[in-house]
Amino acid sequence: MTNVPIEAIANRTPQPLPGAPDNWKRFFTFSTDHKVIGIQYLVTSFTFFLVGGFFAMIIRGELVTPEADLVDRTIYNAMFTMHGTVMLFLWMFPSLVGLANYLVPLMIGARDMAFPRLNAIAFWMVPVAAILLMASFFAPGGPSQSGWWAYPPVSLQNPTGKLLNGQFLWLLAVAISGVSSIMGAVNFVTTIAKMRAPGMTLFRMPIYVWTVLSAQIIQLYGLPALTAGAVMLLMDLTFGTSFFDPAKGGNPVLYQHFFWFYSHPAVYVIILPIFGIFSEIFPVFARKPLFGYKIVAISSMTITFVSGIVWVHHMFASGTPPWMRIFFMFTTVFVAVPTGVKVFAWVATLWGGKLRLTTPMLFALGALIMFVFAGITGIMLATVPIDIHVNNTYFVVGHFHYVLFGTATMGMFAAIYHWFPKMTGRMYNEGLGQLHFWLTFVGTNLNFLPMHPLGLMGMPRRVASYDPEFAFWNVLASIGGFLLGMATLPFILNMVGSWVQGKKAPDNPWRAIGLEWMVSSPPPVENFEEIPVVVAEPYGYGKNEPLVAGDRAADLVTEPS
Amino acid sequence: MESSLDQAPAIAHAHAHAAEHTHDEAGNALFGFIVFLLSESVIFLSFFVSYFLYKITTSDWYPDGVTGLATREPLINTIVLVSSSFVIFIAERFLHKRNLWGFRVFWLLTMAMGAYFLLGQAKEWSELPFGFTSGLFGGTFYLLTGFHGLHVLTGILLQGLMLIRSFIPGNYDKGTVGVEETSLFWHFVDVIWIVLFILLYVWQ
Repeated sequence: MTNVPIEAIANRTPQPLPGAPDNWKRFFTFSTDHKVIGIQYLVTSFTFFLVGGFFAMIIRGELVTPEADLVDRTIYNAMFTMHGTVMLFLWMFPSLVGLANYLVPLMIGARDMAFPRLNAIAFWMVPVAAILLMASFFAPGGPSQSGWWAYPPVSLQNPTGKLLNGQFLWLLAVAISGVSSIMGAVNFVTTIAKMRAPGMTLFRMPIYVWTVLSAQIIQLYGLPALTAGAVMLLMDLTFGTSFFDPAKGGNPVLYQHFFWFYSHPAVYVIILPIFGIFSEIFPVFARKPLFGYKIVAISSMTITFVSGIVWVHHMFASGTPPWMRIFFMFTTVFVAVPTGVKVFAWVATLWGGKLRLTTPMLFALGALIMFVFAGITGIMLATVPIDIHVNNTYFVVGHFHYVLFGTATMGMFAAIYHWFPKMTGRMYNEGLGQLHFWLTFVGTNLNFLPMHPLGLMGMPRRVASYDPEFAFWNVLASIGGFLLGMATLPFILNMVGSWVQGKKAPDNPWRAIGLEWMVSSPPPVENFEEIPVVVAEPYGYGKNEPLVAGDRAADLVTEPS
Repeated sequence: MESSLDQAPAIAHAHAHAAEHTHDEAGNALFGFIVFLLSESVIFLSFFVSYFLYKITTSDWYPDGVTGLATREPLINTIVLVSSSFVIFIAERFLHKRNLWGFRVFWLLTMAMGAYFLLGQAKEWSELPFGFTSGLFGGTFYLLTGFHGLHVLTGILLQGLMLIRSFIPGNYDKGTVGVEETSLFWHFVDVIWIVLFILLYVWQ
């Protein structure tokens, strides 16, 4: 094969697709194109998903045996702290912002976000926060060991006495990521409120856009409270003020209020766009309109407001007065109503549909099943007697991993597979995708289901060693954890391989209805040659009606009879 | 065009709307800025709530040797800062009437009043017998006034930028959204100060 003509090699290099990155270097620049920024967010956050996953492997490795024999206890503490922090602040939030960045302008018929430069600044703050957080491994005393909550007085301990310590860097990184998120939220709310294409009324927006709007409103009212708490904690740690230090007359519980006032709604910041992804994917692969579109949209907004008055359910065991416990128990349980409405709507959408079990559909279905399970344990945890019993045990860990991995991360995978052809102009490999799904689905349940019996048996969270009676379930969970680690490999292989040499993707490979599917794959710079005029509600599957006016009505998606 | 007759006018109207939509950057900027200020107000609200809760739950509120805060000079400061909200409003009126010199004079006066407030604050700080680490009172006092003072400083810097821009020929013919945002920010800082003054100085 040494004498292949030069021309033949030249012909084999793929021609740049319309609007495709001319070269990969574009993703390392201060680009203001929302599609470039979206992919920057997604790739950066996935990199940190691997970092956080590596920390999880160390945690699960330590827990294979009852003794603390793999790593030092201080390193174990740093591992669970950094695992939580990285997975939330560097994987979940940025990946969802990245997806929303890519999709929202396309879905509402805009050429870009309202503030493209602000968008780019917000993205580039994420690597800065990430570097600060990772730098804490080299700080005196190592990274923060106070868990991702950073509760005082634990987080106020500074054994090395140095000004520059792991907790300080942690707070700085979280603050920068918070500022970045607020910038993003201002941008999303403005874009959705002011940049919609003509005819795209509020009740013609795809549910995904509704859920992004709901989630970003939470960022706007919630994050400032966490910022205030973080500033006060930083002052306590650095200047020796006494806001949260009980030894100096401060009130550590106030920090818990600030922290959870944001960090509980933050769960909805994560889960709402995942609900949006479900609402986009189910109609496409069931070939039916979304059941109860308006109710689903309104449910998202209801969750936005109710989620602002539920935070104390994290503090039932923090000396909370009984009236507060009862009030917050009721509000928390109430969140299940709009959420249940949505689950009902998805099931009704799937009911009687012509299901196509592609990778995105499998991931969405798997995520829905695990969400229902997480919702049931969530209701259990919201009730005071059960919560007091299992507070700070593995039951809680199991519950939120079903939410954050089983639902949110699997939902993200569904979204990545679903819009991969649109983003890259290439099809992914279906076989590898299905392998990825089955490994992930089995791994998730094997990893996180045993945590529930462990919690009921009384195993506390955040311990490096445990009573030998817990060994059986812990070994199972660790096997599941390592399986999940392996499950990432076919995904990486699929993404890299398909992006480089996958089959060319048509504009609308799923025969989906939506503005993003009416432009080329990948979409050109500025998205639309002419801004479309929307004339119909979304999800018109089986209705054979055009979505937009004019010549583009020829793009009608019809059902084969 | 396959659209039916009754849809046609709506679409034509919508097309006109589209052009307006994509070019309404000033409107977006003002909307986004208001959203940002609403979000920012939650940080202040959090600090206010902290102050309130600490004050009603702490038995020895003031540090040893402190009986309260002097109110005379802060009151003068307050009057100056609150009146500057009216002065900046007059400056904006001048700009809308395309009277650039009127704008500059009243805009500069606003900046001077803001600077007077900051200097007064600095003087008060330097004379106080307690510091940032003097218990919860000292901590919350300097946190609130300091965080607000940073906002006043930001406001003055933004005003300086807008003043410099007024010397670029024709700059404000293209739109005055920057001036409107700065002015809005200034009113925001003023309202925050009124709440702060009541919490810190009136409620003793």
